[in-house]
Amino acid sequence: MPAGSITVAESPLLRAILRRADDVLVLGHRVSEWCGHAPLMEEDMALSNMALDLIGQARALYTYAGEVEDVGRDEDVYAYLRDVTAYGNLLLVEQPNGDFARTIVRQLLFSAFIDPYWRQMMRSTDATLAAIAAKAEKESAYHLRHSAEWLIRLGDGTAESHERAQRALDQLWPFTGEIFTTDAGERELIAAGVLVDPASLRDEWRATLAQVATQATLTLPEDGWMQKGGRDGRHSEHLGHLLAELQSMQRAFPGARW
Amino acid sequence: MTSATPRDLDAIRDEARRVASTVVDPEIPVISIADLGILRDVVVAGDHVEVVITPTYTGCPAMNMIKAEIEQALAEAHLEPVTVRTVLSPAWTTDWITEKGRQQLHDYGIAPPVRGQGRTSLFAVARVACPRCGSHDTTQIAPFGSTACKALWRCDSCLEPFDYFKCH
Repeated sequence: MPAGSITVAESPLLRAILRRADDVLVLGHRVSEWCGHAPLMEEDMALSNMALDLIGQARALYTYAGEVEDVGRDEDVYAYLRDVTAYGNLLLVEQPNGDFARTIVRQLLFSAFIDPYWRQMMRSTDATLAAIAAKAEKESAYHLRHSAEWLIRLGDGTAESHERAQRALDQLWPFTGEIFTTDAGERELIAAGVLVDPASLRDEWRATLAQVATQATLTLPEDGWMQKGGRDGRHSEHLGHLLAELQSMQRAFPGARW
Repeated sequence: MTSATPRDLDAIRDEARRVASTVVDPEIPVISIADLGILRDVVVAGDHVEVVITPTYTGCPAMNMIKAEIEQALAEAHLEPVTVRTVLSPAWTTDWITEKGRQQLHDYGIAPPVRGQGRTSLFAVARVACPRCGSHDTTQIAPFGSTACKALWRCDSCLEPFDYFKCH
């Protein structure tokens, strides 16, 4: 493994793969921060399991990025040696865990999108992305169900859990617009059948959330001004702190293995 | 393995498959990788044996160990050199667990996956039989268990907790 930060010569396909990989790595890392801290033992295991799934998906995607770039880089290089501005994940997934309600809402907002997204991506004209999607959609289905069940418990629970769940929804909603954005490179890949247009899933995403929110006695926020920038490397301050922890070993001891 | 005839190659392949099939899942050491459905193929190509496996879950931490154990088992049987290749497609499903494997899971105290349970419905409820007493009067305690492939359940008849191998 090289010692310093790497620069990736990004083609539209490589950029698209890295964005999807960064989404699941960063969310997986966030969720893993609950390990040993969750409100219940069972939930500690659930969150750790979900983190493991997400990081597993990231490994498959980064490995494929290495094949596409074809300069001898493996999954670890992309995860550990890219600087914060090279990360293309959604701002949503880098948001701090906050309280348990906020973690669950973040998981649901992402899962309600990514689950149908992977299911559609199983028909990608790119065989490797289709194969990864077929693995990932089985896992995301569990994440969606789990976070939906929790949001119903919280929203339809005590006055305090209801209030916290509603606050988390209101606070995270401005980060959801970015999920459905695409750039010119991605639109070419969508036209070629390599990628699925995320905007085509927006109605389904909203219907899933509406179904859960109704049962949870929560109110889905109106769409207002939306945050964006993560896809192009303009992140909140939180991602730099996250990467400082994620990358610290490889930065301090380049090439360290165990 | 040089200068082997086609019949020898078939024999080597069959022997390699038999040996690879003896490797067990390190997290559920009663079921072989063949009965779990993750051993996808064994081929003899040129001068080496290639074993093809597929992960259960993308993040399954047992894959590295399974790979090492396949290499070791084949080395001990003098079936070298060996490469272990991981494929993602087609995606593993619990439908590939053999009848023998389902029985082994059951006997080990893990309820085998319920067949035909839809994963994609938002609030599906499985009907799982207790592997200890057979009762269907059971409750899910947690949808995620001690490994990625299991959920935690409780039997309301015999009151024992048990693992359920999730439908995937």
